[in-house]
Amino acid sequence: MSSKATILAGIRAAKPGPRPLPTLPPDPPPAPEEWEEAFRTVLAASKTTFVEAGELAAYVAATGAETVVSTLPGLEGNLDVTAIDDPLQLAGVDLAILPARIGVAENGALWVSEAECVHRVLPFITQHLILVLDRELLVGTMHQAYRRVQIDATGFGVWIAGPSKTADIEQSLVIGAHGARSLVVCLR
Amino acid sequence: MTHAKRAADFLRNESRANWHDESLWHVRSKRDTIIAGIPEWEALRQLGSDIKDNVLSNLDTYLEAFERQATANGVTVHWAADAAEHNRIVHGILERHAVDRIVKSKSMLTEECHLNTYLEEQGIEVVDTDLGERIIQLRKEPPSHIVMPAIHLKKEEIGQLFHEQLGTDAGASDPQYLTEAARQHLREKFLAAKAAITGVNFAIAETGGIVVCTNEGNADMGVHLAPVQIHCMGIEKVIPLAEHLGVFTRLLGRSATGQPITIYTSHHHRPKPGGEMHVVIVDNGRTKQLGREDFRNSLKCIRCGACMNTCPIYRRSGGHSYDHTIPGPIGSILSPGIDLKKHGDLAFASTLCGSCSDVCPVKIDIHDQLYKWRQIVSEEGHLENGKRLPLLGAGAVLSRDGAYNFMGKAARVALKLAPRALVYNRFNPWGETRELPEVPGESFKEWYANQRKDHEQ
Ligand code: SF4
Repeated sequence: MSSKATILAGIRAAKPGPRPLPTLPPDPPPAPEEWEEAFRTVLAASKTTFVEAGELAAYVAATGAETVVSTLPGLEGNLDVTAIDDPLQLAGVDLAILPARIGVAENGALWVSEAECVHRVLPFITQHLILVLDRELLVGTMHQAYRRVQIDATGFGVWIAGPSKTADIEQSLVIGAHGARSLVVCLR
Repeated sequence: MTHAKRAADFLRNESRANWHDESLWHVRSKRDTIIAGIPEWEALRQLGSDIKDNVLSNLDTYLEAFERQATANGVTVHWAADAAEHNRIVHGILERHAVDRIVKSKSMLTEECHLNTYLEEQGIEVVDTDLGERIIQLRKEPPSHIVMPAIHLKKEEIGQLFHEQLGTDAGASDPQYLTEAARQHLREKFLAAKAAITGVNFAIAETGGIVVCTNEGNADMGVHLAPVQIHCMGIEKVIPLAEHLGVFTRLLGRSATGQPITIYTSHHHRPKPGGEMHVVIVDNGRTKQLGREDFRNSLKCIRCGACMNTCPIYRRSGGHSYDHTIPGPIGSILSPGIDLKKHGDLAFASTLCGSCSDVCPVKIDIHDQLYKWRQIVSEEGHLENGKRLPLLGAGAVLSRDGAYNFMGKAARVALKLAPRALVYNRFNPWGETRELPEVPGESFKEWYANQRKDHEQ
């Protein structure tokens, strides 16, 4: 018998009787102002900063980043990520600016899929990351968020909720473990 | 050696034990603070528990659905009955691609299977990339916690280790500086790796994808740069629907470290263009545990580590004292099922206070299971003599009312008169680390009877 058959037979012999699936909580009533406030507060607590939409271009220029990738329509970088074959060539990216597809008020998570980052490694390998989100794409809870996003629409998708961090040395918080050293969010 | 013995060794350094205790309690407190912001927390735990109950009763069909869907997505699914087969499968994939160096992100399953040792024996360099995991890998130690693998180490020790192995400045122990050094060191490894291995937090039957949660971004750095990605999961990791991730992502980060969600929650559904994606589904004793009615709930665990952070025994004995891949309360109900003789004593590494069950995000009855394992350990005759003999005596006395009254009186007199050496000696391990309370002059029964008499007069 193959291991698959053995395992499945083992499960069938051992598993308990049927248990129903529970119903999940419904969407909360829309509260765009409260959601935005909660979203900003929780992200700020995860060391994320914000930039206003009107100031985004000036902010990017002021960072002095040498290699900039942008997939945000209307904002040009100086490295075309679609022209790159091998993700290793992204090792020198200083700043990436990507649109996000959904933002979640309760935990500050922003959904970025392969469609926005082109190369999956981009939001991680870049030294710094800016995510731009349309205000109307904010939702209240994670339950609502998973009803809005189709997780398998692309081969890869990720919730990002701050800059990369670790507390593996004596529980001291250090920002910039392996992924982006900073996250800036722009709501527009 | 027993857990109690190893715990005693850990406690010999009192200030370090206190420091360990406080570090973990701090994490537990962060968890309390953040869940206070979720008024529906208890209902959320119930949802998590109910979904996992449903998973256990449909495990076969969900796994089959997962495989079907993943295969349709272009993912190769493998099945491993035990650790040896898991290791062989992973090695086979690497061999086909002539891979001689891999990066790995945190996976308790690959720890359980001792994958690193196996691959290294086949001449493959394995680099653990989670900072805590890398630290203990360089120290050639197992993790002492499932979420914070190096929680037992002081920054000075890590500074010394990095000085010796990564060339950081002598005497430097600033976490920021040490983390930066590890970032540079591991970036090179990420860029050079030809394959990446991760664990799996959740596998979704509906969509055939897997979810991996990290704060550092190490799993993604590895997986997206290497042409071959391999994800190893226990059979119990599957959940039915994508929307159930809403429940588990809300529970996991908050329970683990008091965060609203992990920084990265990555959903992998298809191989990258030109790449390969493999998922290895592993049993290794899990179907056996599923068949144990009293203990099958342990398979609902989402590996948040909250039961460790809260456990008064874990905090004061350290993860290594458990001598098992998964330490703490959850480890103590999983490990006796794997090897009762070796790990049976872990059922006693608990005060049965129930704090673990109270914090568990999927409501596993951990302390009840510990109690049930104790019965089995004693029935199967694995109780050590130090516990067995006194309990035999206690059993004989407690089952007879007259004997109980007499022995109680005798003990009160004897303990008062006995020299310390008679009570606190090497035949009474209970007395080694504990002081008896002052012996009362009368028993509760006598006191109650006297009170009644006073009252009636
Ligand atoms: S048993 Fe519960 S509390 Fe412990 S690690 Fe598993 S899910 Fe977390």
